[in-house]
Amino acid sequence: MDIRRRNNVTVTGRTDGPVLLLAHGFGCDQNMWRLVVPALAEDYRLVLFDYVGSGKSLPAAWSEQRYSSLAGYAQDVLEVCEELDLREVTFVGHSVSAMVGVLAAATAPERFSHLVMIAPSPRYIDDDGYRGGFSAEDIDELLESLESNYLGWSAAMAPAIMGNPERPELGQELTTSFCATDPDMARVFARTTFLSDSRADLKTVTVPTLILECRQDVIAPPEVGAHVRDAIPGSTLVTLDATGHCPQLSAPQATTAAITDFLGTRR
Amino acid sequence: MCRTSQSSEPSGDEGVEATDAAFTALLEDSAEELYEQAPCGYLSTLMDGTIAKINSTLLDWLGLDRAEVVGRMRFTDLLTMGGKLYHETHFAPALQMQGGVSGIALDIRTAAGRMPVLVTSKVRTSTDGEPVLIRTTVFDARDRRAYERELLRGRKAAEEARRQAEADRERLQEALAVLQQNLLPAVLPAIPGLEAGCYYHTASPDLLGGDFYDLFPLDCGRWAFFLGDVCGKGPQAAAVTSLTRYTLRAAALHDADPVTVLTTLNTVLHERYRSGDTRYCTAVFGTLELDPAGGHVDVHLASGGHPSTLVQRADGSAGYLPTPGGMLIGVLPRVQFSAARTRLLPGDTLLLYTDGLTEARTGPGREIYGEDALHAFTTGQPPAGPQSLITALSGLLASFGDGLDDDTALLALGIPAPAGATTSVRTT
Repeated sequence: MDIRRRNNVTVTGRTDGPVLLLAHGFGCDQNMWRLVVPALAEDYRLVLFDYVGSGKSLPAAWSEQRYSSLAGYAQDVLEVCEELDLREVTFVGHSVSAMVGVLAAATAPERFSHLVMIAPSPRYIDDDGYRGGFSAEDIDELLESLESNYLGWSAAMAPAIMGNPERPELGQELTTSFCATDPDMARVFARTTFLSDSRADLKTVTVPTLILECRQDVIAPPEVGAHVRDAIPGSTLVTLDATGHCPQLSAPQATTAAITDFLGTRR
Repeated sequence: MCRTSQSSEPSGDEGVEATDAAFTALLEDSAEELYEQAPCGYLSTLMDGTIAKINSTLLDWLGLDRAEVVGRMRFTDLLTMGGKLYHETHFAPALQMQGGVSGIALDIRTAAGRMPVLVTSKVRTSTDGEPVLIRTTVFDARDRRAYERELLRGRKAAEEARRQAEADRERLQEALAVLQQNLLPAVLPAIPGLEAGCYYHTASPDLLGGDFYDLFPLDCGRWAFFLGDVCGKGPQAAAVTSLTRYTLRAAALHDADPVTVLTTLNTVLHERYRSGDTRYCTAVFGTLELDPAGGHVDVHLASGGHPSTLVQRADGSAGYLPTPGGMLIGVLPRVQFSAARTRLLPGDTLLLYTDGLTEARTGPGREIYGEDALHAFTTGQPPAGPQSLITALSGLLASFGDGLDDDTALLALGIPAPAGATTSVRTT
């Protein structure tokens, strides 16, 4: 199995720079990092990939069993690290990927030096004394939403270029790739993401950790950011003046600045 | 017939005036009115999602006052929780990356519960390219969503039915394969001093064939063989084949005289299928008496309506073994079968076949291949024994292509020629 092909691995940036492994969350693929890649590439060696079942990964490598637990996604991360023999990795995980990074670092601590968690949540569903922001029924509704958008998936999620009329080739690219995914695989990823409970795994984190949260995020409310900070001793919580769940898209400069500040390599 | 009445048509001037009047009435519908009372919901949001402007249609659907919404709520506040999740994980990233998304299915929360809508958003940018706000239209999709649910349900049902059908077909083919194996010997027995070869061409994997053959021991030094063809195909034919095969085997153990065996089979088939659907078969049944000391095999066979058996001799000649007057087996209560005898010497081969071979269509005129052509073909083959003849004939069958549309069984029996004998024969 060719891991680079399987996970659509892309390596870019400064070849002698420290390694940033950028891991996308549920709902999209490595395109999620587009707006932060140019700035980060100046200082870091960037490794991007798509989890099997997302983006341009090889669908044949997907199995429901493996990708029904976050450990399966962590396996993808570790196999990419082994394939490229990555060391001293700063793992940058968006959303559910932050927890995937926790699992990967616990399994192969020798490979990871830092964790950057963007809008993380170890548990989406409310629990006794814990507020994740969602009920089990809410998650069922999301699965229903996935289903409703199944019919017109490709047309709806990758419409004709509206933002870039002067660059039709970009539109073509978006049509075929941006967040396009197999509905069955998306459903499994959604379940795994929103039904997992990784709170107990947070205490395994021993590397310096940065938690980036948005001021206003429906998916990861402020209580969750505070919970993660409290659970990982010595971690740093930075609240970005951004809304939504994807600061790397809505506030790319602030996101880049927070990461480089934390890693102390800002020039 | 289609002539129009000139008199009833208004003059050109009158027409223009009337149209103008209609337009004027429409123009009273101000831009404001058009926006507020549009048949779809409109809203504009700041880049952080705060609602800056919303039309009356959407407010009516939501059951909210403008004052509660503008500047106070975000677009995602209008959505169900599932919709919010979908918005944050799919809609918002796509919007930020592409500047617009269209036709996304979401549910909004209304006074009456939830309402399925289709949402299209486009980012408006300032002159220097900075995104300033998002314009969104919201279409009532209640009917459409109900229709889509039906489609999804239909699709799921169809997928389930397809899976079921595939599983059924697999099971059926498995059963057919097991059954077919039971109608033919898995391998021919190894008989010292005798060489045997067989071949079975299946016309369709979905249909059980009606051809059969077998070779089995009787008593010391004696063996029996048969080859035949049941009329028809499929499960009914297979049932007849099964009955035929076991009857022939049992009858042969009782009394191996070929005419007696075929007569017993006739009685059994006729009794079994007398009422209703007549089933019959054609078959050759025979016995082999091996004489290792004499180096020959005596063949005694009888035929019931079956194509004549062919003998290829060690000297390269070939000839049919006539069994005239043999009747179909199972049709009439009393029948006559004719018997024949021959002696096989080293290098001789006895060939039994079903009519799939002789009734294959060949050439541009699609003529029937026929017994003469088979005779000529066999004469043209070196007398190299049963296996060799079977190989040549299976090649011939393959060359017929789609001209061969029936199942075909071949059985060849013979005494291997001493080493070098074949060559010497061919050079004489």
